[in-house]
Amino acid sequence: MSLPTILFWILAVISILSAIGVVVAKNPVHSVLLLIVTFFTITGFYILLNAQFLAVVHIIVYAGAIMVLFLFVIMLMNLNASGEPQKNNLVKFAGVVAGGLLLIVLVAALKKADTGMLIQGSTNIGLIQNLGKVLFKDFVLPFEVSSILFLSAMIGAIVIGKKD
Amino acid sequence: MPIQNYIWLSIALFSIGVIGVLIRRNAIVIFMCIELMLNAVNLLLVAFSKYHHDASAQIFVFFIMVVAAAEVSVGLAIIVMVYRHTKSVDVNILNRLKN
Amino acid sequence: MLLEISAFLVLEKLILVAIILGISLFIAMYSTYAERKLAAFIQDRRGPNRAGIFGILQPLADGGKLFFKEEIIPEYANKFLFILGPAIFMITACMTSAVIPWGSTLHIFGKDISLQVADVNIGILYIFGVVSLGVYGIMVGGWASNNKYSLLGTIRAASQIISYELAMGLSLIALLMITGSLSLKDIVEQQSHGVWYIVYQPIGFLIFLVCAFAECNRTPFDLAECDSELVMGFHTEYSSMKLGFYLFAEYINMFISSAVMVTLYFGGYNFPGMHSLHVSPNTLTILGVIAFFVKIFIFLFFFIWVRWTVPRFRYDQLMKLGWKMLIPLAILNLLITGALMLYLHH
Repeated sequence: MSLPTILFWILAVISILSAIGVVVAKNPVHSVLLLIVTFFTITGFYILLNAQFLAVVHIIVYAGAIMVLFLFVIMLMNLNASGEPQKNNLVKFAGVVAGGLLLIVLVAALKKADTGMLIQGSTNIGLIQNLGKVLFKDFVLPFEVSSILFLSAMIGAIVIGKKD
Repeated sequence: MPIQNYIWLSIALFSIGVIGVLIRRNAIVIFMCIELMLNAVNLLLVAFSKYHHDASAQIFVFFIMVVAAAEVSVGLAIIVMVYRHTKSVDVNILNRLKN
Repeated sequence: MLLEISAFLVLEKLILVAIILGISLFIAMYSTYAERKLAAFIQDRRGPNRAGIFGILQPLADGGKLFFKEEIIPEYANKFLFILGPAIFMITACMTSAVIPWGSTLHIFGKDISLQVADVNIGILYIFGVVSLGVYGIMVGGWASNNKYSLLGTIRAASQIISYELAMGLSLIALLMITGSLSLKDIVEQQSHGVWYIVYQPIGFLIFLVCAFAECNRTPFDLAECDSELVMGFHTEYSSMKLGFYLFAEYINMFISSAVMVTLYFGGYNFPGMHSLHVSPNTLTILGVIAFFVKIFIFLFFFIWVRWTVPRFRYDQLMKLGWKMLIPLAILNLLITGALMLYLHH
């Protein structure tokens, strides 16, 4: 096996285990930290796929901003393991079965799909110059719209969070 | 490496996210499971971007991140407000909205 | 390809990493000494003078003391996270040095050895990413202590760091518009023949400097650990070498942020008149490294000087400065830079 393949399997195992940990952890802070581990493994996949710019942006946006917000809110609320009411076991079992069925359906649907190999070796489509050109040539309008989305989200968050 | 490895991996991550949304009652954990699902999709898009040698997929990932950030800021603000009124982040309490 | 690497390259990079890590730890150690001596000078005292001549062994004595002190983990603390906190803080502090170009290339054994661990094309974003991870060291450690003061200090420190990261990023974008590259090596090379970027970006540099102070939790923004109200902030419950890690990592952060500022705005390893010197390339490289460190020491001196000169901000003043002054100023700087670039381009 080549080095990228070995790295892929190591990262895959870590990411699935930590994702399961996010769901089953009793303490929300542990969930957050495990989710950060998952995000790190996803960053690793991005680097394996030669998407360096997205890898760094993923770290900055998810690990550096979004998860900090989650941690912040959890700390402010002082939630702990004992406080959370659990769903009863039947509902949990039904949830796991439903999720498992979704997994099976997706796997069955894509099993026979005609797919090929990923080309090994570097590509430069993930470089920042290239992405910048695509973003500001083909996707200018969505880019501008997303800035409006951000502004409205910011105002919305302030309006909702304001003490009245 | 076959691209199917990435497909299976992101399906698995997505399903774990779905299970999390279904079995947890803590609104914040549910929110985190949604982030997990979004990331599974992102991973698949990046893999396809390399497979088809096309940068547009990476731009989509970029937009998904933008939407996720906006969603988190508003969603957490709502959760904080719910907590302020009910002293709990249990989603089952939210069905009292009907009264 | 990213993963095709030869054994020689690995060895070369490992040695370089070891040297850089050693130097940054050594400088962090002696900046504690410099801090105490300068504080003493400013306050008209003598400062540490018992260990060795002029107290030069004082950092070693401090380190030894921290190592041998009793290590206390509070009973209701989360043990794993309590240990993880300082570890994250220390690791992220050391990781930033990987993309800083410490010098140009050396020719040894018929090979060109670059004095930069990794010339990634997104160098400055890498620094941003790692710096934004440093906040977890504070949050995890402060939360795991299970102490009110720690939690308050944590929330303060984390919101301070997040708020100032925004202004820092905005001030950098103006610079990156001029450089057209995110690689730190390119940015330094561009300054080798032209003027230093401080000339083009004085406001941007000023914003960056203020934000660097806030990111390093240095006075006048050391609200995270203000002794008078919050005991010691997020590391109230820490003792022994874990406390040492927190304190030490702050000095490493100070050193690295000085290095980043020198790289971005003050020409990195370039110095005036370097192209008219007729010396061998190796000598020139070594002179460049020395120039780089001299500039870093000037910044470190500035950091310490400010600490003993400027009083601490209040927390609301800190937030007001960050959100209502620095961010609008950074955006204005961005607009002016863009407009000037367009105007000069035509």
